[in-house]
Amino acid sequence: MKNYLLLFIFVLMLPFKNLAQDLESILEEEASDTTLTVSGTFNGTRLLNGHSVETRKTGVLEFLISHRFGRINSGFDQLFGLDDSNIRFGFEYALNNRLTLAVGRSSFEKTFDIYGKYRLLQQKSGENPFPFGMTLFGSATAKTIKDYLPENKPTFSERLTYTGQILVARKFGPNVSLQLMPTFIHFNTVPENNDPHDMVALGIGTRIKISQRVSINGEYYYNLNPFESIDVKNSIAFGVDIETGGHIFQLVFTNAVSMIEKGFIAETNGGFFNGDIHFGFNISRAFQVKKAKQN
Amino acid sequence: MAKIFGLFFWLLVVNIASGQDKFLTKEGFVSFFSHSIVEDIKADNNQVLSIIDTTTGKIAIQLLMRSFMFEKALMQEHFNENYVESHKYPKATFSGEITNLDEIDDTNTVTEIVGTLTVHGEKKEISTMVDIRMMDDEIVLKGDFKVDVADFKIKIPSIVANNIAKTIKVSFELHHKPYE
Repeated sequence: MKNYLLLFIFVLMLPFKNLAQDLESILEEEASDTTLTVSGTFNGTRLLNGHSVETRKTGVLEFLISHRFGRINSGFDQLFGLDDSNIRFGFEYALNNRLTLAVGRSSFEKTFDIYGKYRLLQQKSGENPFPFGMTLFGSATAKTIKDYLPENKPTFSERLTYTGQILVARKFGPNVSLQLMPTFIHFNTVPENNDPHDMVALGIGTRIKISQRVSINGEYYYNLNPFESIDVKNSIAFGVDIETGGHIFQLVFTNAVSMIEKGFIAETNGGFFNGDIHFGFNISRAFQVKKAKQN
Repeated sequence: MAKIFGLFFWLLVVNIASGQDKFLTKEGFVSFFSHSIVEDIKADNNQVLSIIDTTTGKIAIQLLMRSFMFEKALMQEHFNENYVESHKYPKATFSGEITNLDEIDDTNTVTEIVGTLTVHGEKKEISTMVDIRMMDDEIVLKGDFKVDVADFKIKIPSIVANNIAKTIKVSFELHHKPYE
């Protein structure tokens, strides 16, 4: 009898539960899993010199032009470094939302670079949150400048340097993002015999949004085992991001002249606090060459 | 005992019958269109929730701003990040009433919907004419209306002011099924 009574109460509750609900609360209940990937951790695919966890979405081709002028402390004669200019052109293509492949060429040491970026994990919010995003980065660069004696001509393999990075980032709310960049670099050729072929560095970077479209960025790489034969400094960069539709402008102040990982992480020799600062900019333009996937 | 079973049966019938007067969809379609001299921008949302109570004529609609799909992926990101601020205002909702719902049958009829549209945290009273069809197992709502971007305090920077229309056309098509 007690069971019947329970069943009775249960059945009685069913219709009244429905009647008591207003339409809005039914919709709230029916709304499916609301886990969302956190987007816009950084404005662009570059933090400043180095990469951010961001990749472009399927079918986006991004064209990048970056400049680093000479040192600001080179004086009026060099127009504070503006007479001296290094440029890098790059094309990045997003095969899908996770994988991007790219090529670039820097005027500094006439270096070609190819790289791939793979978004392994994405930060998520909602019902099933995930605390951070992770992107893997791998590059190979070939230095083609003829800065050797004819009899010492290096083989193609001797010109190559490889870089691997694990980019880990978290967006702490809409305005502040932080990124860590453990980095491994392998040089096929080093300046002197006692210099390490394998190098480990740790990078840290941040973006602080000061308005809807403008942010201030900072980036620092600490090199754990730098070259011994040359006086290597850790690379520091500060800058401002300005985003306007399909363009991103980044104004950069850095002690590095190179715009590729092995260059600015391992071969920077300017002292930021001695005034060996290079002004520069990155400009990117994204083109949707293949229609975005509807999902 | 028979009385209890009688009551049980009766409650079951009531339960089913009362369920029949609500119609729901989770795959409703809403799109918006902005026309300007520079470019046309269109975004579709195929995951719109909508529910109608046929006894009262009340209707509630909600959608996630993040579920709007654009042709350009970057535009979609900027829409969410910079314009509608989806992290602060994830949903757009509509809560209103269909007038003359009791006069509507399975032929296409035009009627009026009035209610409150909430986008970007801003409420706005709207009324619009819709095509409606009511069958035993489906209620179809179709139509479009125009909204002013300025009414919802969505900031458009002057640099892209020519790319985005001041008035946006919103279209919808909702196929509601009986909700148990």
